[in-house]
Amino acid sequence: MTNKSTPLVELKDISISFGGIKAVDKVSVDLHPGEVVGLLGHNGAGKSTLIKCLSGAYNAEAGEIFISGEKVVINNPRDARDQNIETIYQTLALADNLDAASNLFLGREIITKSGFLDESKMEAETRKIMARLNPNFKKFDVPVSALSGGQRQSVAIARAVYFDAKILIMDEPTAALGPQETEMVAELIQELKKQGLGIFLIEHDIHNVMKLCDRASVMKNGKLVGTERVKDVTEDDILSMIILGKNPKDKG
Amino acid sequence: MNDTTSSNNADDKQESFISRFIAATEIDPRLLGMLGALALIWFGFHFYGVIFNNFGAFLTPRNLWNLSVQTSSIGIMATGMVLVIVTRNIDLSVGSMIGVIAMAMGLLQVEYLPQFVGLGHWSIWMIAVVFGLVFGTLIGALHGWLIAYREIPAFIVTLGGLMVWRGMAFLSGGGRTISPVDPTFALLGGGPYGAVGATTSWIIGIIACLGVAYIIYSGRQSRIKHNFNLRPMWAEVMLALVGCATILGSVVLVNSYPWPKGIVRQYGARIGQDLEGTFISHGFAIPVLILAAVGIGMTILMTRTRFGRYVFAIGGNPEAASLAGIDTKWVTMKVFALMGMLTAIASVIASARLNSATNALGILDELYVIAAAVIGGTSLAGGVGKIYGAILGALVMQSLQSGMVLIGFDSAIQRIVVGMVLVFAVYLDIVYNKRVKK
Repeated sequence: MTNKSTPLVELKDISISFGGIKAVDKVSVDLHPGEVVGLLGHNGAGKSTLIKCLSGAYNAEAGEIFISGEKVVINNPRDARDQNIETIYQTLALADNLDAASNLFLGREIITKSGFLDESKMEAETRKIMARLNPNFKKFDVPVSALSGGQRQSVAIARAVYFDAKILIMDEPTAALGPQETEMVAELIQELKKQGLGIFLIEHDIHNVMKLCDRASVMKNGKLVGTERVKDVTEDDILSMIILGKNPKDKG
Repeated sequence: MNDTTSSNNADDKQESFISRFIAATEIDPRLLGMLGALALIWFGFHFYGVIFNNFGAFLTPRNLWNLSVQTSSIGIMATGMVLVIVTRNIDLSVGSMIGVIAMAMGLLQVEYLPQFVGLGHWSIWMIAVVFGLVFGTLIGALHGWLIAYREIPAFIVTLGGLMVWRGMAFLSGGGRTISPVDPTFALLGGGPYGAVGATTSWIIGIIACLGVAYIIYSGRQSRIKHNFNLRPMWAEVMLALVGCATILGSVVLVNSYPWPKGIVRQYGARIGQDLEGTFISHGFAIPVLILAAVGIGMTILMTRTRFGRYVFAIGGNPEAASLAGIDTKWVTMKVFALMGMLTAIASVIASARLNSATNALGILDELYVIAAAVIGGTSLAGGVGKIYGAILGALVMQSLQSGMVLIGFDSAIQRIVVGMVLVFAVYLDIVYNKRVKK
């Protein structure tokens, strides 16, 4: 099926080490338009590090990145944004002292013709997108430190969605959320998928992976254990990949 | 969801007038607190004088005019210190930088330039000022480079700077006092000739009032355009009236402080008229106008430009700022370069006011500048700070000091009081922040 088309993202043999320890060791994963690929593994397995090479937070020591078949170099977060790669970090990466609009447009502020910040326009745009993502959101004029976990999450998501992302990286987007908000994120993922975005989803909760992802790539100790289509495997298969580092196919 | 429940309590009616007032005008309660503290200091010193010395010297045009001039140099640096502290840094070197920049400008206009363009040449003051600004910016940029790109803590870099630049000031002048500075340069420090006079002060005051009215009007228009909540009309009108009254009141104040008799006579002799007994107003002092211009410029920079937004973002969460694609190192270096430039402006004013450059110029200024920024609500944890707060903070510090001089406290007691006020002001801020969080 989609695997025959050109992948939206292809990470090839990515390696990066910190202080002599290989955090990511020759890992290759790919992502197609309209697909959700789950990245799984224990803490320290290298998922977040791998994905930070794509979002520009880290520079890979070896390996290549292809976007829609073309080789690209991503040296910093700005390069990633230029490739329409948006990231929702586990820490949310919000400046707590700024309000929602300032965070949403951070690094990409709307400016007036005379070169000054267009605060009203930015707030108006923020109100529009928040009305779509989280209609209960009303706190536009307070710093985001005054918001609840779910509200902060929706600001971080709005930031990723607003700028017409083609590739979305979500690092445990539901870790800090209650059941209702988790459901909201799940719906959003389905909607974005329909729009043709490719999504890398780092997730601990195996149920969410089975529900939301098309494929799952499992990492252990910096190495890729394997990538499987979620339909073809059971929860137990994936768990054994995570825990034992064994691919169910190898069983036999 | 739960924020509707808290305010519908009948017991709250008492305090709700003030909170409604604050909500309607959208004034920062801390601003009101600072103005209250200022009023307390001013009236306190004045009535202390009335009661114990039979003369209230504080609330006189003369004292308040002098106070405004004395505040300029610290106030200008405090606006830059806000940016430094907001980005979680500190600058301990500004006092020493004042000294070395003043010494460089002094030597330039007293010893070097006269050799090339002739003594008293019209261009001397401009060359000296431009040189000072460039020199200050370069020193600041050097500090910023060491801090941002070489990752040496700001505390260490600027502590080193505190010693290095003071030493340089001594070396370059050989310990001498360089005096007198160019007469046009000296005007930048204030004094009767360094003030703009009654008519110009009125013109400036009226332009400033129009500016206030325009800001309030255009703010309202922009809210209407985007369908945001509007301030009630009475609040808008009141803000405009209070703003204009403050501005015009200060015009009346500076215009009611006349030139001393000796200066009037001297001026009369120079223009060949007998001005004996003529009332000539000071008007706004030039350094005060420089402070006002710096304050407006820095406020625009901090609240209306990307640079200002990035400064706050770096202070709030450096990692988030860099993940958002902000070049945090470059911004940090620019912040210190700007601090250097503002210090140079302060150095121009301080040496012009003294009509000389000395080794000791600016000693301990770094502490007053940091104290002014902190009293003005800048948080040492980073991310929070206001330009007008820092200027008010400088005014509070200077009011305390000149008030104590007026009632005859000696300098040891002055330091004790200023030190305690600093600690107390920060404590109040912490208490306030805790209450707001609840």
